[in-house]
Amino acid sequence: MDAKQVNSNESAFNKIKKVVTGNPIVFLLLIAAIIVGCLKDNFFSWANFGNLVSNTAVRFLIALGVSGCLITKGTDLSAGRQVGFAAVVAGILCQRGDYTGRLWKWAPEMPIGVVLIIVIVLGLCWGLINGLIVTKLHVPPFIATLGTQTIIYGISLVISDAQPIGGFQKIYTSLINGRIGNVRGFHLPYLLFVAVIFGLLFWFIYNMTCHGKYMYAIGGNEVAAEVSGVNTTNTLVRIYATAGVMYALAGYLLAAKSGGASASMGQGYELEAIAGCTIGGVSTTGGIGTVPGILVGVLVFELLKIILQFLGVNPYYNYVVQGLVIVLAVSLDIRKYIAKK
Amino acid sequence: MSEYVLEMTDVCKSFPGVKALDHAQLRLRPGKVHALMGENGAGKSTLMKCMFGIYKMDEGQIKIDGQPVTIHDPMDALHKGIAMVHQELQPIPARTVGENIFLGRYPMKKFGPVSVVDHAKMYADTAELLKKVRMNFDPKQKVGELSVSQMQSVEIAKAVSANCRVLILDEPTSSLTANEVEALFRIIEDLTAENVAVVYISHKMDEILRISDEVTIMRDGKYIGTWDASELTTDKIITQMVGRELTNLYPPRNNVPGEVVFEVKDFTSINPRSFRHVNFTLRKGEILGVGGLVGAQRTELMEGLFGIRSHTSGQIFYKGKELTIDRPKAAIDQGVAMLTEDRRGSGIMGVLSVADNISISSLKKYLEHGIAINGKKVEQLVQDNVAKMNIKTPSSKTQIKSLSGGNQQKVLVGRWLANDPDVLILDEPTRGIDVGAKYEIYCIIEELAREGKSIIMISSEMSELIGMSDRIMVMCDGRVTGFIDGKDATQENIMALATQFE
Repeated sequence: MDAKQVNSNESAFNKIKKVVTGNPIVFLLLIAAIIVGCLKDNFFSWANFGNLVSNTAVRFLIALGVSGCLITKGTDLSAGRQVGFAAVVAGILCQRGDYTGRLWKWAPEMPIGVVLIIVIVLGLCWGLINGLIVTKLHVPPFIATLGTQTIIYGISLVISDAQPIGGFQKIYTSLINGRIGNVRGFHLPYLLFVAVIFGLLFWFIYNMTCHGKYMYAIGGNEVAAEVSGVNTTNTLVRIYATAGVMYALAGYLLAAKSGGASASMGQGYELEAIAGCTIGGVSTTGGIGTVPGILVGVLVFELLKIILQFLGVNPYYNYVVQGLVIVLAVSLDIRKYIAKK
Repeated sequence: MSEYVLEMTDVCKSFPGVKALDHAQLRLRPGKVHALMGENGAGKSTLMKCMFGIYKMDEGQIKIDGQPVTIHDPMDALHKGIAMVHQELQPIPARTVGENIFLGRYPMKKFGPVSVVDHAKMYADTAELLKKVRMNFDPKQKVGELSVSQMQSVEIAKAVSANCRVLILDEPTSSLTANEVEALFRIIEDLTAENVAVVYISHKMDEILRISDEVTIMRDGKYIGTWDASELTTDKIITQMVGRELTNLYPPRNNVPGEVVFEVKDFTSINPRSFRHVNFTLRKGEILGVGGLVGAQRTELMEGLFGIRSHTSGQIFYKGKELTIDRPKAAIDQGVAMLTEDRRGSGIMGVLSVADNISISSLKKYLEHGIAINGKKVEQLVQDNVAKMNIKTPSSKTQIKSLSGGNQQKVLVGRWLANDPDVLILDEPTRGIDVGAKYEIYCIIEELAREGKSIIMISSEMSELIGMSDRIMVMCDGRVTGFIDGKDATQENIMALATQFE
């Protein structure tokens, strides 16, 4: 046997080994999915696939939003409440004109496109507020967004009167829950395309624009970035503002997807988004994180939920398992850096 | 019984790439003030940190009362009677004087089954100690409310409370006024009367000659000698401190300084202890060296010019036009660039690639249609710099933290050259870099000056200043104390200006 051949085989094996050991959580869950798939009939079904895709799509948008904050060593705890706020506003404005439980009876029935614009502008405002508190008032992002998330939740409660909101215009729910194709159950939800478009957009921003490079530079070493002439203030404000827009979009979609909205919608989504990013390799020490990684992280987290659901695990235990996965993922991530020291 | 209370012999200590201590030694007699002198980087602080157990020495021996001992950590040093007052005081400002002094060894009393801190005893003891160091402020006062000299007295009181036999004072007077220095000297006299051996580290010649009994001089981590203070003069000390030979470590310089292009007038910091009323000019194609001791505020001045630090008054002109610089971006946009001193802290972005690091301050140049960065242009920039400066990196995608210090520094120089600045400020450009890479960086500096760039180079290495500068500006304690022509510069006349305290 040729010695060279052996070597190249070995290095290929090593490469695979490296990928697997580098992403242990991802591979463990894939194995779990295959096992569950073999045990349960409906797991590998198109219906389940469509379900996974549309769930992942919305979470992915939120994770993209928060990823910029994480890469610059910040965080955004207001993500979930911003999603809830956007859902409430979108829900109220998209209620049918003839719906008896209409909250704002004085308002005319609005085209859903206009509602989308309003919601996004409001999201941008929340993001700007977060960004300005972090950069101008020098409040650490953790505390700044902890404060704003409480404010936002309060406002959501006020404007929704703490009531669930329903009676949406038909076009709102049907458009967003729409899908392409129905060949033996195979279909692609519209939400998938939204996720793909924004995934590509963020990939472009992160890799090809000055803003993206500045973001990674701030995460890598904020002082060095400032000294190199990066306007760190503007860059950070843009990051938080962009995040606000993404949460608003997610909230708008989520209200339609669920066919109803309430102030408590989106609760805890910030933690899921942060967990997804971390599992996907966004480093908690800053400067590292890719869009494909974030996608994988979110997908894996949603996969975990579906696996638990199919196994018939008591839903209350879901939280326990999800929490364990988060701690495990981050501790494995940190280990990579400790080992290198 | 040994005549020395503490002896350190043949102490060696290496850091990656640097031999900080090379068979250093120090012998302390009880009841005497022993001055430890040397240039910046001569190894004084490293030697003290070995004695105090902060660093572990590679070789060498420490004897206390003639008995060999091993000092594991600062707590162990305290138990063995060695106390140290650091150059940078590290008190806990929000706690009281008493709590700071007894931190980590609070007096306890039994309160039934639990032990609690005995506050009454702690404050009584503190009052006693403060009396000993001739200070009369309230033991319950918050340390943050004290002046710098009072904080220092607290530190000394802390050392005294440990019943120390050796007290190390590292540049204790660097932030004191003349009256406060007198007060400190009285405390030192009290301590020596009680047979404490005091190690006194300072650059101030007059103080050394006045207070010390013996003087040990170090140079490049080596022991040069110990003298009785009465035998020494300022000139003698300086000669011993800097007396190394200049070898051919520098490239020949062919740059020709042209007309004055850059001018700084009456530049003053917002911090009264920092740089003040600084005036200087810089010519096209000139290398202006900036010399001075640690604490001369050279870095602060340059960071002020570059917009990292604030100033209250002063103007900066380039070719007669006044520049307004309030943050680094403004400086860069107006043709001023600065390679900062702390490569890890404010230079490299460790986890990012060589390409990202080199292009970060000139990204706008590589934009296509104003939006997307053209990766090929960035790659070209990397390759040009790799070729020009002989940067050793596996690829442009390698994380910069995995390169050697010298190569990291070259990448950072490349970052600034990509902007084509008119004025380039280099703060300790060769610190922590091996000799070969140093020479390459000198060549780059010389070449830049030849191309007509104006260069300001801060350096704490005398020979580097003399070897590389057309002119040397010397600072002391925030003021410019003089300019020396590169040809006339000697280590002695630089040191004389650098120690010209008010």
